[in-house]
Amino acid sequence: MNQLRRAFLKNAGSVGAVAAAIATGLLNPVTVFAAAWNSLAFTTKDLPGALKNAGYDGAAESSDIMIKAPDIAENGAVVPVAATSNIPGTTSMAIFIDKNPAPMIADFQFMNGAEPYIATRVKMAKTSLVRVAVKAGGKNYIASREVKVTIGGCGG
Amino acid sequence: MAEAMKMRATMEGDVVDVKVLIQHPMDTGLMKDKKTGKLIPAHFINMVVATLNGKTVIDAQWGVGIAQNPFIGFRIKGGKPGDKVAVHAVDNLGTKFDGEVVVA
Repeated sequence: MNQLRRAFLKNAGSVGAVAAAIATGLLNPVTVFAAAWNSLAFTTKDLPGALKNAGYDGAAESSDIMIKAPDIAENGAVVPVAATSNIPGTTSMAIFIDKNPAPMIADFQFMNGAEPYIATRVKMAKTSLVRVAVKAGGKNYIASREVKVTIGGCGG
Repeated sequence: MAEAMKMRATMEGDVVDVKVLIQHPMDTGLMKDKKTGKLIPAHFINMVVATLNGKTVIDAQWGVGIAQNPFIGFRIKGGKPGDKVAVHAVDNLGTKFDGEVVVA
């Protein structure tokens, strides 16, 4: 009897703890964002500044970042870009487009088994280098690929 | 706004391949309305989180350079059929978008 009561109290205690954690937002399954939106980096108008404000400055050129994108994009409003990092320990990946009004496009953090790979579609104002920067093992790496744009997609 | 998100998650070898489409204008704030000549205010998804069985796998921030009706594809190691992949996104006006799919 004593044993049962002990088990019951133990369970009740842990359920209470979980409920409290949910209430305080600790265990909320889908609404946890690691950081506030980096408005400084996303509104910086030059590439070196955007790289710096996003934490990707001083990146070494790397051939271990693969960028898949069309050589020529007929419509700059929708340009498919996919990137894979073969650098061990890659924790994040960001996309930059030199000639866009704001070069920083997106930043992705990988955790809990996510592979260092992202596919998406971006807007390009005009012909430009598309750059993919990566953080791995406390260092920054970057690769680039030119995409020619025949009709711009950034409200030009 | 679950109807605004379409998701697919399939096994490719030992990796879960996830594809997500979200209906959203992704207005940059730089374009003019052709009729009124006024700037269309910026309206874009800026935060996106993906989870596998409730554990965050991708935590992303987006700017206005992601194309209209955004698409993202990503891959997760360690998943299996029956696992749940969820995506939660928020735009700059605070609208939330949620989707969930079972790995096939």
